[in-house]
Amino acid sequence: MADTPRVLPSQVLRAVQGKDGEHTYTEEELARLRAQILEERSKRRAEAATNPPTVIVDNLNIIYRIHGAGTGRGSATGALSRIISRRTAPTLKEVHAVRGITFVARRGESIGLIGRNGSGKSTTLAAIAGLLPPEKGGGVYTDGQPSLLGINAALMPDLTGERNVIVGCLAMGMSKAEANERYQGIVDFSRIEDTNPHAMSLPMKAYSSGMAARLRFAIAASREQDVLMIDEALATGDAKFQAQSEQRIRELRESAGTVFVVSHSMAAIRDTCDRAIWIEAGRILMDGDVDEVADSYEQWSKQG
Amino acid sequence: MSETAVIVLEELPPPPIDPEYADLGGISMVAKYGLKQSGKRPPVLDYARLLWQRRHFITGYATAKNRSLYSNARLGQLWQLLTPILNVAVYYFVFGILFTQSKGVPHFLLFLVIGVFLFNFLQTSMINGSRSISDQLVLIRALHFPRACLPMSSTIIQLQQLGFSMLMVIAVALGLGQWPTAKWLLVIPALILMSVFCTGVGMIVARMGSVLTDTAQLLPFLSRTWMYLCGVMYSLASVANKASVPHWVQLVLYYDPPALFITVVRNCMIKTPGASSYKTAADYNSALEAMHQPGAAWLWLIIWAAAAGIGGFVYFWKAEEQYGRG
Repeated sequence: MADTPRVLPSQVLRAVQGKDGEHTYTEEELARLRAQILEERSKRRAEAATNPPTVIVDNLNIIYRIHGAGTGRGSATGALSRIISRRTAPTLKEVHAVRGITFVARRGESIGLIGRNGSGKSTTLAAIAGLLPPEKGGGVYTDGQPSLLGINAALMPDLTGERNVIVGCLAMGMSKAEANERYQGIVDFSRIEDTNPHAMSLPMKAYSSGMAARLRFAIAASREQDVLMIDEALATGDAKFQAQSEQRIRELRESAGTVFVVSHSMAAIRDTCDRAIWIEAGRILMDGDVDEVADSYEQWSKQG
Repeated sequence: MSETAVIVLEELPPPPIDPEYADLGGISMVAKYGLKQSGKRPPVLDYARLLWQRRHFITGYATAKNRSLYSNARLGQLWQLLTPILNVAVYYFVFGILFTQSKGVPHFLLFLVIGVFLFNFLQTSMINGSRSISDQLVLIRALHFPRACLPMSSTIIQLQQLGFSMLMVIAVALGLGQWPTAKWLLVIPALILMSVFCTGVGMIVARMGSVLTDTAQLLPFLSRTWMYLCGVMYSLASVANKASVPHWVQLVLYYDPPALFITVVRNCMIKTPGASSYKTAADYNSALEAMHQPGAAWLWLIIWAAAAGIGGFVYFWKAEEQYGRG
């Protein structure tokens, strides 16, 4: 894990494109690095292509049904008049968030989901985690239990960081001894005590969003998960932690898990993922090599 | 740099399909690799086994939660004891001094304390149970564990509180000169049965609360009504034994689960003084009636505990895949 500070793929790409003013590499070095990165990536992708699948998303359709949209919803009198006049479910709005998505994810793959806000990325992840029931005629099938890390602030806000770690480990099915054993590793990884040595004895609601995100990621990543999904969970961490957690994602990928990352930072996607899926309006637009998909997405975003 | 052509979404080629998926189709590929539908609930016995594997989580979560309960208060954990003491003081002031319910009830303070604490156990199990799922959505979404862990540990938290309350009960009993007898030991199985009952009820309201958020608003009223029907602070006989009350209403009042648990525990701990210590025979009679324990009480406790425990468990399990929706 503690190898020489490695050059991240996104940095090399920026340098090659001449967007990054400050770097100490010569043209040849850059070309070599870029070629090496591409070669490694295509090798990993070729390997992964023959691995057994961990997630099969088969014609997934998700429809949100939202009650109470429309007139008179806010006021007590409105609610009362609705009850009296017996108009049940005054306005049931349907939002077809995911429209027939199909893809297969295999062991050792790390897949970035990109797309605009509201395009259905997070909904897709929630469906993979089994939190949203799919419509008939399709489904999500997984190997093992997927874990979803979202952007919400704390796991158990009124418990101390220390308790959150132990109880979180127990919830993931570790034994008491195992949880105690892993405790220090998790705390060290989260680096929470770097800034405040007493942080672990504070309730988690006292944490900044970045600290909470770090601790949550450290807990969830402490165990080899079959499928780990990260929904913007790293966006609040500082640069140092982001680099470190991206390293951890690569490790998880190498230990034959499958990692999904939702992020609006194309650099983060390029650094952690080999494959990217671009989702727009609930449909897959592109699915392929991360550079190819991210380039197209960036270009499309700039078109305005 | 690379491409300069304008990207038109409609003109993008369709995304490539996994060759194996194209070959086999979704269903047979799923079968080939033995994948499972995500979030599908396991059969009920497997679910129970999973739950047993997570027993350390259930107790660990309950203990941690209990410790944090009073972390905002200056006096901290002292409130675990102060809360029951103050509760008793208030009820004694209202029902022992302001109103004269204490007439004709043996050792009214002990009578009251047992009723208040046992009912409080059920009440808080219900109220916290109804929030146990909806308050922990983040945890539910982030980590995978059988969701029944949450209502179960919320009942265990209340059980830990009941432990402190029972210390108060013992203190009151000793203060009133009631010395421990072998019969006191029967309180333990009664409380175990009651815990099973409360866990079952907690799981029922947890499922209701996860779907219908109004449950948490409604429950305090329901449970308070229930409390006044259970003879917590008065002798049930003074209501049930009136001539105008039909027999079936009498049975319902006496065999109502919380009333029955309370009656049985009272009979284990309170010894009615002999007839000579009462001024009139009527007084003695009303004292005996206040302690009246209906027939086959223990059998009914077991029936209630089993019905609520198993029924609540199955009812909760049936919606297992829906708890993450919020």
